[in-house]
Amino acid sequence: MTRCPPRVSSRWLAQLLLLAGFMPPCAATDEARWSQARKALLAEIQRDAAATADSTGRARFSARVIAALDAVPRHRFVPASQAGSAYDNRPLPIGHGQTISQPYIVALMTELLAPEPGDVMLEVGTGSGYQAAVLAELVARVHTIEIVEPLAGAASERLRQLGYNNVEVRLGDGYHGWPEHAPYDGIIVTAAADAIPPPLIRQLKPGGRMVIPVGAPFFAQDLILLEKDAKGKVSTRSVLPVAFVPLTGDR
Amino acid sequence: MGRREHALLALSVGLLAGAALAYQVLLFRLLAIVQWHTFVATIVSLALLGHGAAGTALALAGKRLLPRFGSFYAGSAALFAVSAPACWALAQALPFNGLELVWNPLQLAWLAGYFLLLSLPFFFAACCFGLAFMHARERIAVLYAADLIGAGLGAGIATGLLFLLPVETALRTAAIAGAVAASLPPAPRIARLALPAAALIAIVLLPRPWLAPQITEFKGLPRALSVIGAEVEAEYSSPYGLLTTVRNKTIPFRHAPGRSLTATSEIPEQLAVFSDGDAMTALIAWDGRRESLSWLTETTSALPYQLLGRPRVLVLGAGGGAEVWQALYHDAWEVEAVEINPAMLMLLRASLHDPRVRFHQGDARGFVQSDRGQYDLIQVAPLDSYGGSGAGVQAMAESHLYTVEAIADYYARLAPGGLLALTRWVKEPPREGPRLFATAVAALRALGIDPGERLAVIRGWQTSTLLVSNGDLSVADIGRLRAFCETRGFDPVWFPGIGREEANRSHLLPRPWQHEAAVALLGDHADRFLADYKFHIEPATDDRPYFFHFFRWSLLSELIALRGQGGLTLLDTGYLVLVGTLALAAPLSLVLVLAPLAALGRRPGNRSRLRPGIYFLCLGLAFLLVEVACMQRYGLFVGQPLFATVAVLSGFLVFAGAGSLMASRLRDHARALRWAGGGIVLMLLLQVAALPPPPGIVESMPARVILTLVLTAPLAFLMGMPFPLGLSRLAAESPAFIPWAWGINGCASVLSALLADCWQCTWDSGQC
Repeated sequence: MTRCPPRVSSRWLAQLLLLAGFMPPCAATDEARWSQARKALLAEIQRDAAATADSTGRARFSARVIAALDAVPRHRFVPASQAGSAYDNRPLPIGHGQTISQPYIVALMTELLAPEPGDVMLEVGTGSGYQAAVLAELVARVHTIEIVEPLAGAASERLRQLGYNNVEVRLGDGYHGWPEHAPYDGIIVTAAADAIPPPLIRQLKPGGRMVIPVGAPFFAQDLILLEKDAKGKVSTRSVLPVAFVPLTGDR
Repeated sequence: MGRREHALLALSVGLLAGAALAYQVLLFRLLAIVQWHTFVATIVSLALLGHGAAGTALALAGKRLLPRFGSFYAGSAALFAVSAPACWALAQALPFNGLELVWNPLQLAWLAGYFLLLSLPFFFAACCFGLAFMHARERIAVLYAADLIGAGLGAGIATGLLFLLPVETALRTAAIAGAVAASLPPAPRIARLALPAAALIAIVLLPRPWLAPQITEFKGLPRALSVIGAEVEAEYSSPYGLLTTVRNKTIPFRHAPGRSLTATSEIPEQLAVFSDGDAMTALIAWDGRRESLSWLTETTSALPYQLLGRPRVLVLGAGGGAEVWQALYHDAWEVEAVEINPAMLMLLRASLHDPRVRFHQGDARGFVQSDRGQYDLIQVAPLDSYGGSGAGVQAMAESHLYTVEAIADYYARLAPGGLLALTRWVKEPPREGPRLFATAVAALRALGIDPGERLAVIRGWQTSTLLVSNGDLSVADIGRLRAFCETRGFDPVWFPGIGREEANRSHLLPRPWQHEAAVALLGDHADRFLADYKFHIEPATDDRPYFFHFFRWSLLSELIALRGQGGLTLLDTGYLVLVGTLALAAPLSLVLVLAPLAALGRRPGNRSRLRPGIYFLCLGLAFLLVEVACMQRYGLFVGQPLFATVAVLSGFLVFAGAGSLMASRLRDHARALRWAGGGIVLMLLLQVAALPPPPGIVESMPARVILTLVLTAPLAFLMGMPFPLGLSRLAAESPAFIPWAWGINGCASVLSALLADCWQCTWDSGQC
């Protein structure tokens, strides 16, 4: 079921109404309003990208990534009670202690994976399926693994309904990766574990990239970017998504 | 009222006070399980405003209630009994998610719902006390004594019950005590029998799952349980916390914090242990093969073993035992493992059999202060969760593990050439790392040692390990450190002679902030660096043990501007929540105190209303302020914070109750008050100047608990006198003002506890 998108200006009121269990009546202009909210969000994401350029090395996110975010209806990936906040630039709870990442972080992670049209990607931690859908807009095939059964089922069904035929969802242990489709051009590990599973590094193509967000749910997610060069040598770095320097002055 | 009725009323007040304090103690435990640390004290403090609200309600309506005192007393006590478990069940059903607070201010509404619901039982209990004071006003001091002694015993008994019963069963027990209290005082039969009976039935009928803690879904345990194949194996509940063991054969746990990115070894089967639904640690089911422990060489905490041969090791905070296994893998001569939670220690003992290991139950600081051993290595593992550490949810948690004095204590136990290794989570931009370094520098300087030659730090992508050496680090040591970093993909942050280019090679950061901080902290302008750093990273001390409190007000505007990028989450919300709580509690208290004044009108004889108001306000503020200060000061002395807290809390209340009884027997109230006042000042000066004694003075922990009781008893005894003396006088002059004074006392206690925390932290940040 599609809920009515609120106007940006009335977002707060809409949240209050949603909280009270009151849903505004739907109209034919739904899609137009969702689209308008999405456009506003994308503009905000580009502003954040510019602000964090020093740390991320990207002053603007590429047109392809932005177009992918514009194509995916995020409101279909959040619980109905959260639909009014679907295009707020913030993480939202999706049940089972999991969240759908902040859109700006999704954009940044996607950008860091440097997706190409022919790529094959692996995702560990499907969650709502939103990240997989964004990647599916950009690459040839996405394989995604989820360890929470109801989430895997819901994401699989949702992606099928939205016509993402190039995404395959599997319920199981992400630690071992998905060797049948390896090697991968890019791997994203959203189910942050204590360690990066060695099998995943093995399943990454030379020249491939792995992105791992770390941190508590709802909190600023530092990203770890792992790169495997053409000779198979691995290097890592932290990409901080917040333009914040703890030291003052010129030290 | 006859003697018998008076005695029964006093007994009822005592029983109800005990039940109410037990409810408070149990709330702390329940909330610690289901919520994040920050919100526990906040919710309980605000709920305690129910006391103040009761005073207000009685001041407004008390006169109309008094003619039917018995019925109203029994009704209110019965309502306490039912609402204590029922409101808890309702509160935990609210969809409050504290982690979302910075993103979604609507969460504040749920938070308010939480504390309003939980304040109801306090309201009903305090109504009973206020009614009793108004009803038997010539015997206020005796009733007040019963209230205090009952509360003191209630705190002790509740803590004891937590060793024996699941926390929800303990809550039901406290509620039943409340129902019994409702049946004691004289009242019409229908009220005295029917109401408590109805309450009892309701309490017994409440389904257990409604009362059992339902942990917020974002804590580690529920998340682990949502994974296919996860099964709870056992639960161990005690005042130290709720331990839950989880096994997963389908998707095994592979807990290896701080492991190198280049690690390739497999991790053996683990049994996960969650403490209060979070802070996971893992017990290892060792298969007897040496190579199945080799992953323990792949963490930053393995660094000290590169510099030592066959060391005598002390592990502080053994948890699931990873650091103990690590020591055994590295051929440790002997290992002493200290763990505070007896249930955790039992699990560890059952999983690890090696004649070289000796286990000790106790607090890390307490152990080090009373121990006489000499160690080649002291390992302090991070005991909190990685996620929790980043979320700043424990910002207001006291930690005596990471203070200047703590490091000096550890250092004193090192053999010549021995190493102290402290491992913490890595967070960017760095906060904990620079603070720990600053703390170690301060500790060494205080001992007259040049810190630069004796410190080394390395970092991985997830953890960072600081070494403090009892002897200058040699060229060979540094060679081994470099080689270890090279093979494991770690980066050196500091060692004597490090170059800047060495500090950011393997896991690249935008800038080697930790290294820059180390250089600055060892340099001539360390003070300026500390002052300029955007987070508050001054060394933590035993007086201000807020290691996780990094907040500065100057951060607020900058991070609000970065909220789109998630900047606000870099704030340690703990401090802000505390300030917000105080900002809410103060005006609420003011309303509660001022509202009844209009209805009460003037006092007979045109006496001042201000003087008694200020008198009871100051008493309320002082009582809790002194109590909180004593808890903190005697915590380190006893060496087991839990026992210190219970001893001071219970002891204070019981001895103050005795003081109140004493006051009831004195004829000359004015003179008694002067003597009590003088005595309190004297005792306070004594506490500040000479107490508590150094922990080494008595060997055994129970003896230190008894000594704590003895040393605080005179102060508590005297502090029990001013309140009933003042209230008796008020009862004689203007009895209508009794509930008002009672309410002021309730509000002041809440503000006092909040102020104590706020004040310390604000002072700590140099912001006052």
